Amino acid sequence: MTTSALSETLVLPSPHAHGGSSVSRAMTRVQLALLPATLFGFWMFGWPGINIFVITIGSCLAAELLCQRLMQVRSSLGDGSAILTGWLLALSLPPWAPWWIGVLGGLIAIILGKQVFGGIGQNLFNPAMVARVALLVSFPVVMTQWVVPQPINTPSAPGFVDSLRITLSSPAVPDAIASASLLGHTKTEASRGIDLLHSLAAANAPAPSWAGLRAGSLGESASLLLLGGGLFLLLTGVITWHIPVAVLAGIALPALIGHAANPAHYLSAGVHLLSGASILGAFFIATDYVTSPNTTLGQLIFGFFVGLLTWIIRTWGGYPEGMAFAVLLMNAMTPVIDRFVKPRILGRTRAGKPLDIPEEKEA
Amino acid sequence: MLAAILSLTVLGAALGLALGFASRAFHVEGNPVVEELTALMPGSNCGQCGFPGCTGAAEAIVAGTAAPTCCPPGGKALAQAIAEKLGITVDLSGVEDKGPQIATVAEEICIGCCRCIKVCPTDAIVGAAKQIHNVLREACTGCEACVDRCPTEAVTMKPVPPTLQHWVWPKPAVANVVSTTAAA
Amino acid sequence: MGILEKIFGKHWGVHPDDHKRPAADLPIKRLPVPPRVYVPLSQHVGALARPIVMVGQDVLKGQCIAEAQGNISSPVHASTSGRVVAIGEIPAPHPSGLPVQAITIASDMEDRWIECEPVADPFSLTPQEIAKRVAAAGIVGLGGATFPSAVKLALGLRSKIRTLIVNGSECEPYLSCDDRLMRDRAEGIIKGVRVILHATGAREAKVGIEDNKPEAIEAMRVAAASFKEITICPVPARYPMGSDRQLIVELTGKEVPSDARAADVGVIVHNVGTAYAVHEAIYHGRPLVSRVMTLNGGAVAQPGNYEVPIGTLVDDLFAFCGGLKGTADRFIMGGPMMGSVLPHLQVPVVKGTAGILALTAAEVAEREPDPCIRCGSCIRACPMGLLPLEMSAHIRADDLPGADDLGLRDCIACGCCAYVCPSHIPLVQYFYHAKGELSARQRAQLRQESSKKLVAARAERLERESREKAEAAARRKAERDAAKKAAAAAAAAEAATAPPSTATAIDGEPA
Repeated sequence: MTTSALSETLVLPSPHAHGGSSVSRAMTRVQLALLPATLFGFWMFGWPGINIFVITIGSCLAAELLCQRLMQVRSSLGDGSAILTGWLLALSLPPWAPWWIGVLGGLIAIILGKQVFGGIGQNLFNPAMVARVALLVSFPVVMTQWVVPQPINTPSAPGFVDSLRITLSSPAVPDAIASASLLGHTKTEASRGIDLLHSLAAANAPAPSWAGLRAGSLGESASLLLLGGGLFLLLTGVITWHIPVAVLAGIALPALIGHAANPAHYLSAGVHLLSGASILGAFFIATDYVTSPNTTLGQLIFGFFVGLLTWIIRTWGGYPEGMAFAVLLMNAMTPVIDRFVKPRILGRTRAGKPLDIPEEKEA
Repeated sequence: MLAAILSLTVLGAALGLALGFASRAFHVEGNPVVEELTALMPGSNCGQCGFPGCTGAAEAIVAGTAAPTCCPPGGKALAQAIAEKLGITVDLSGVEDKGPQIATVAEEICIGCCRCIKVCPTDAIVGAAKQIHNVLREACTGCEACVDRCPTEAVTMKPVPPTLQHWVWPKPAVANVVSTTAAA
Repeated sequence: MGILEKIFGKHWGVHPDDHKRPAADLPIKRLPVPPRVYVPLSQHVGALARPIVMVGQDVLKGQCIAEAQGNISSPVHASTSGRVVAIGEIPAPHPSGLPVQAITIASDMEDRWIECEPVADPFSLTPQEIAKRVAAAGIVGLGGATFPSAVKLALGLRSKIRTLIVNGSECEPYLSCDDRLMRDRAEGIIKGVRVILHATGAREAKVGIEDNKPEAIEAMRVAAASFKEITICPVPARYPMGSDRQLIVELTGKEVPSDARAADVGVIVHNVGTAYAVHEAIYHGRPLVSRVMTLNGGAVAQPGNYEVPIGTLVDDLFAFCGGLKGTADRFIMGGPMMGSVLPHLQVPVVKGTAGILALTAAEVAEREPDPCIRCGSCIRACPMGLLPLEMSAHIRADDLPGADDLGLRDCIACGCCAYVCPSHIPLVQYFYHAKGELSARQRAQLRQESSKKLVAARAERLERESREKAEAAARRKAERDAAKKAAAAAAAAEAATAPPSTATAIDGEPA
């Protein structure tokens, strides 16, 4: 019953025109949006940061090549998705991380986070976050080794050769350079019973810097540059506003309420939004196409709970930074959200039944 | 500890009793799967499978003495549907999918003996003694029972020609596969 | 669009590059009579028309050569005068290349019209009479749907139609035949609109024209100026604004329920070309034998709009219009979004041919598809509110009932989803395949049920025959028994009444 007179290659379906969008164009735009913050991170943390960045991306590319050879599918390295996964992962790693963190992270992200599910478009969880969480849980000490920024043009910054030594042999970080991130500091102090008002004012507290000159992961420090990149993505139509606004609202709203109620125990909304991976997560991680819901309402729900969970984990959880866990938890909920939140079909009710034929009115 | 042992024992016993009761109370008579399989089949009882009618074939498949591919008129589509219903895998490579076929009577050769009329399960052949026979296309199920009966080999099976109204777009080829001879 | 519209407004549809000019700015050219016309018997939704002429017969232009069969059908007329040379199969203008039945007429190059019966005052006719004339003229929806217009008018009479929407949107890129018709023949269109208003009992007519056609809007406004019941309504240029569900929502705010027709919400939609054809049929008594269509595309030497007799070969059309320039990647009947690809150029122009395009490879921009990245662009673009990515995922996994549950039947195959897909997935082909496959399965199911009934009927027949045989045998036996008894009784009676002298001779007779 499905025979056709011509061979199937000659039967060309409509439409016979195309809007010109492509996967690689979208990936390139995201990379462009990340570039300013990445370059700022390179400047701030010097050669070790550059090394870990290159190693992570290289590991991702190698893992994808290997997997696609084994699965005997067409190589998709050209679409830029492996590079983007490695880029996002690298931005969430500590800048002086040893080489094996980058390699292991890349392998976990691509193999376990993406290819095992069937390749691009099939994964349930955000690959970069899968890798980050796996590393964080397995190597907590190394993954929370933050450093004070050593801008690349200052004399105290390690040169290229020194940086290779740092990345490849991972010596103990001198006390003068080691630092806690702001969220980590406040959590450690809180566990010692010192509330926010005192821990933030203390001499050894990391200063929340609007310009981003503070300890943190390679990418989280440049929050404002990331915000600029996010706006670029919004304007070029790569992402829509629903997820970023919902994530930021999900963080800011409970933070506002908490801080107003008890400033000693709850950080302010401003600090929350600028610290950690809030901006990175809102614009670049939670907006991942594959792992977020299809519909705008679904995206709003998804984003809000990512933000809320992040705030909950940061405030009451065992880890100082909650974005990665929140994103993974909501990725698991995405199929459920998609199942129940569907757009209304024209001519039908929300439940899917055809609309009633309107009563004839004599007018 | 005693409390734990006692409570688990009681729980296990109670649930076991409940399961036993349920297996008696909700027991299903007969095998509804056989009826469902019969419904999938062509229903013309042509006998090409070697079993007594479509119900016979369905029973044999359920019993495991016949493969889901035993029905030639059903082809690949039927074998796949049966396999899905039973939750088993089936090797479709040996199934000859000739596509839908209709019997045709060559009028120059037909001698009007009425032998084919007697065996057609759907009375799809019209004719009478010493009159040319003809096949009603809408009624023919392609069971091939008439082909062997004809003494002059006037009946042949011809594939149903595709029509514009019934033409279906082919499914697009799977993306991403390396081999260029990938099946659509 | 304002900021609020941009944030909360509807985002369905796409904005492909227009490509309508310069073809739209050139006046309509009339094609000279071709040497042969091939008139298919099926150019409309519904049953094939039945030929009423024979091979060798001479026909005049406008003569009915095949009559409608059944309720949903349309007659077909000779598009030029000449002799019928063949009634048989020709290649159909369809991607499959399968044949269609057609009547071939060799033109005598004189183009003589049959006696026409114009109507001076259509408003004196009853709506039923108008519908009959429209049916006899073989008018079908010229926007491309080719639904028999008379049937639509009759449906309209049954429901209470309040608004007639005249579709002059022409949202497909490259096409400008409706645009040209509105610019050059606005008065005829308005006359046709008024006839349709009378025939359906609608109170008002709204002519929807996309705002990328300012000249057409102006021309129609001038022509409709003195008729208060006809309003010209410019609509935003967005594909597929011309789809009737979308146009109805835009012009009246009403949504047609998915299992109902436009008539059920008091609206009826007709294309401007159909309105013009109605005018021709009623005011001039001329049936549908030619149509205005666009020839356009990067590979066309002289793009423009041409009035073409129905049944002209596309090859002849190109020959007259200056042929091709460069290489055409494909030839399309219709627009680039919903048009069907032609297997070759030896196919005829039919009633539903709004345009023929010869597109270059650069215009088509085809590429090997990549896997779906679930970006959701298709969902944003879909004018019907469907989930193309989910439906195609189900179809890829051969779960056709699952795709059906997601709303496959509501898909209008507009092509917006595949147009925006960054992975170049042929989404519309998935949906066409699934819809066709589901229909085929349904047909197979019906066929199976009827086969079972036939088997049961045969079993019943055999049983009945054997029963009747047994009854007949029993009856015959009973008759024989009765006959024997009667004979024996008669013999005995004879023996009893016979004279004694012959007694010895009779006694020995057996019973």
